[in-house]
Amino acid sequence: MSWGGTIRTALEAIGSRRLRSSLTMLGILIGVAAVMLTVGLGQGAQTQVRDQINRLGSNLLIVSPGSATSTSGIRGGRGSASTLTTRDATALASRVVAPDIARVAPVVTGSQSLTARSTNWSTNVVGTTPDWLPVRARSLTQGRFFTLAELGDAASVAVLGSTTATELFGGRDALGQSVTINGTTLTVIGILNTVGSSTTTDEDDQAVVPQTTYSSRIASSGNARGISTLYLQAVSTDVLSAAYQEAQKALLSTHGVTVAAADFTISSQQSLLTTATAADRTLTVLLAGIAAISLLVGGIGVMNIMLVSVTERIREIGLRKALGATPRAVRRQFLVEASTLGLCGGVLGVLLGLVGARVLPHFLNQPVTISPVAGIGALGVSLVIGIVAGVYPASRAARLAPIDALRSE
Amino acid sequence: MSTVPLTGDVIWPILRLRDVGKVYATGSMEVDALRGVSMDVDRGEYVAIMGPSGSGKSTLMHILGCLDVPTTGSYHLAGEDVSAMSEDALAAVRNRQIGFVFQQFNLLAALPAWRNVELPLCYSGAGRAERKERAMGALARVGLADRVDHRPGELSGGQQQRVAVARALVTDPSLILADEPTGNLDSHSSADVLGLFAELHDQGRTIVLITHEPDVATSAQRVVRILDGQVDSALSAIPASAGSAR
Repeated sequence: MSWGGTIRTALEAIGSRRLRSSLTMLGILIGVAAVMLTVGLGQGAQTQVRDQINRLGSNLLIVSPGSATSTSGIRGGRGSASTLTTRDATALASRVVAPDIARVAPVVTGSQSLTARSTNWSTNVVGTTPDWLPVRARSLTQGRFFTLAELGDAASVAVLGSTTATELFGGRDALGQSVTINGTTLTVIGILNTVGSSTTTDEDDQAVVPQTTYSSRIASSGNARGISTLYLQAVSTDVLSAAYQEAQKALLSTHGVTVAAADFTISSQQSLLTTATAADRTLTVLLAGIAAISLLVGGIGVMNIMLVSVTERIREIGLRKALGATPRAVRRQFLVEASTLGLCGGVLGVLLGLVGARVLPHFLNQPVTISPVAGIGALGVSLVIGIVAGVYPASRAARLAPIDALRSE
Repeated sequence: MSTVPLTGDVIWPILRLRDVGKVYATGSMEVDALRGVSMDVDRGEYVAIMGPSGSGKSTLMHILGCLDVPTTGSYHLAGEDVSAMSEDALAAVRNRQIGFVFQQFNLLAALPAWRNVELPLCYSGAGRAERKERAMGALARVGLADRVDHRPGELSGGQQQRVAVARALVTDPSLILADEPTGNLDSHSSADVLGLFAELHDQGRTIVLITHEPDVATSAQRVVRILDGQVDSALSAIPASAGSAR
């Protein structure tokens, strides 16, 4: 029998047992949709994290105090005495010491209570330098950022995140207003653009002040030179690793320690990304694994139905053989039928997956990314499952002796 | 035992069985279903094979239809030795040389009449247009030109058996093999189908009809009686019509 005839016969056989065929396809359908959606959710989460980390700024290196090593645990710490100082920032800003580092933004942070008239708002206060703005890839929607002169003078100025400004001043214009932090009254000179929250902090809820102002006038306790984090921006992506080397060398020499005793950690966006997405990926693999098992169960369902079908249609098989069907033709008929069941289930599963990808984000507040590769892959897998599930029933049908098949009731 | 002498004729009879034996192994028991059957059927003959149930006539029919192969002896169909053919070769012989008519009709319930009739042509690789044309022609020949799109469930028993006869005819086989074709039909439909066989015989077809009803056997030219797996030569010599006349 020709391929066209075989496919038509398969479709007729599937169509004549509609309920059973649809239930069989349902198994494959659910499996394919589940795999697509779990993988899509995982990829969506990874994209989200990647976006958030990229939003930190480009070509960014982050130096934090203390170092975590596998052998000796965590050395030094941000909570105790910070090992990073403004001296480190000055050293790294030098074109001679670190030619591949374009900008340095030392940051000292602390949670403080802000007061504007009668309104109180607790938030993260960041003490830094004017380079913070380009390094963190931020901009202002209103007003201006503070200058180097204001940094030198420990001027009474503050730049607020959009959320902070709204919380403190409501709908009113915050520019030029006064805000009191820990007894120091500052003038609001700018409002930061809105970027949304990252994994750890709300980037729109913070107050940015000159580092000198923070250390000498706001911070309650003492280390005027101590800083919490150093943000370094490399000249370009290509020299990111050179910048990394230079920063490490310079910091080791200013701290007078060896690599083994390093009291700081330099991380790049890439390493942050790897860490942040590792957990997501593990979860995705786990969920996709469970979904794949449901797909496998769907495949077993196809095989089961095909075996039932062979037993049920034993007279038909006998008749076809009596009329001249070769074992190969019979085998092909049942194989095509099984793979059609698999493929149809797959197509419907992909459609359900696409619908789910549109609908799910409204309920989960999680993006779902479905790649064309995943869709085509799912179709291929469902076809293969159909074929594999059909091999045994089909060869059983092919092996039936025509007389036995015709005789049976 | 019948002793049909082998002649040196260049023209083979359509069927030639020589000393055909068939042994079935059921569990530890061996059953001799056929013990040395020899017979010839010539082109254009209309032969009835008669015997009570258990006589081995079904086994003989399976061997004649190439649905089974003999344990011993030889079987030539249109000059070809089918005793030792592969499964694929047997399928081809069934497809081209033999048209089957079964007691149970064995039509596919999901397909309209003409699709049932074209089924053997699907396995011989005929094109779609040719298949349809030949199926329509065969249905017209059995007088069902106006029922081509009816499914078996919408047809009477007699009409279903006519569809089955059309299916047997459609490949233009050397031999039409009918296994109790009237077993499930009322007397009117039986007469109808037997009339059809008579017509086909008049057109020069070779027909082998297996039955246990003497009335049915009378429509044939010649009756071969099977008893205990052997051809009962004494009774076979007498034509069924003559037998019933006595």
